[in-house]
Amino acid sequence: MTFEPGARVRVSDRPHEGHHRTPGYLKGKTGVVERGRATFTNPETRAYGEDGLPERRVYLVGFEQRELWPGYELDDRLFADVFEHWLEDA
Amino acid sequence: MTRGVHDRGGVPTDAPIDRTEHELAGWEVLTDALANALEDAGVVNVDEFRRGIESMPPDEYERAAYYERWLFSIETNLVEKGILRAGEVDARLGT
Amino acid sequence: MSHDHDHDHEPVGNEPEAAMRPRALEELLVEKGVLDRERIRARIDWLVSRTPANGARLVARAWVDPDFKHRLAEDARAAADELGLDVGPSPVTLGLENTESVHHLVVCTLCSCYPKALLGPPPEWYKSLPYRSRTVSDPRGVLREFGVELDDGVEVRVVDSTAEIRYLVIPRRPPGTEGLTEDELAALVTRDSMIGVAVPRAPERELAQSSTSGGG
Repeated sequence: MTFEPGARVRVSDRPHEGHHRTPGYLKGKTGVVERGRATFTNPETRAYGEDGLPERRVYLVGFEQRELWPGYELDDRLFADVFEHWLEDA
Repeated sequence: MTRGVHDRGGVPTDAPIDRTEHELAGWEVLTDALANALEDAGVVNVDEFRRGIESMPPDEYERAAYYERWLFSIETNLVEKGILRAGEVDARLGT
Repeated sequence: MSHDHDHDHEPVGNEPEAAMRPRALEELLVEKGVLDRERIRARIDWLVSRTPANGARLVARAWVDPDFKHRLAEDARAAADELGLDVGPSPVTLGLENTESVHHLVVCTLCSCYPKALLGPPPEWYKSLPYRSRTVSDPRGVLREFGVELDDGVEVRVVDSTAEIRYLVIPRRPPGTEGLTEDELAALVTRDSMIGVAVPRAPERELAQSSTSGGG
């Protein structure tokens, strides 16, 4: 699935035991795609001796801080690079 | 949802940030160079390297110095690949 | 080899075991033909040759050339190429422009991703567990600890480097630096300001000179 800048996306909160690059504090959270211009090998397979292909698109996603942390009061945001296969339409 | 010990974002802590500047010691520079040379040589890739760090027992991860985690991962990966025997570095050190 | 810094500082970790271990590992890898010393030497030389001066040159150019600033934000590799600088192995590096209303702050919560080629090895605190934990949930508290107090109206944007893209903060050019050359500007750009935990300051040279001449 590909996303355009401005798309609302939710980070999957599916369980995943092995190596992956989706931080726990973002799982299940909703944000907005900022950009997604580059693809990279998949660390989830490459970490176990495979070649990591096919490459997956990585999106810079922006989150409202007040949606991530209870009690956060200002209109600050947090951005993180999230692999496409961790993102769902929101 | 269980989180790995390496997954630190938002983990509650009151610990202040120690801003003491620290120039890398020789063994730290060497450890960094070994990890990168192994990647250059196509022996251990960055994802395997990170996975190795994340496989450290959580209490050891919390206690370890930064480059001790790197050493742990390098050795873990090299043993997995059959390049080192388990305990071979300890044997060389005579411990 | 690489004993250069051994006696200057107390190394972190359980000396002497931690210090001996990589040397034993190096010996074994060379004996087994997995690595040669030249390859290791090249990596040592690369690491110790990287300093924040590289990033500072990019920022100073961005301060005097808005088009360059735009290119730095879009593709730092291409921008660095123009100045003959190496951005290192990461395939994508991006500049994050601070403005009157936006302040960026970079962290890596999962490990220690950092634009080493442009800033040198990361400081100890950047790799520390408290910085990695707190920067995402309490960026203003972390900034305060570093001495940076921002108005509530300034949006703080934390960037968590979770993939292979590296980020370099382009801090704001301090007021009072209109007459400075690009090299003089680069000297104001600190490592911490390119991580986002500090703000560059104009030099106090003229003030210092006038107080000296005043016999103060």
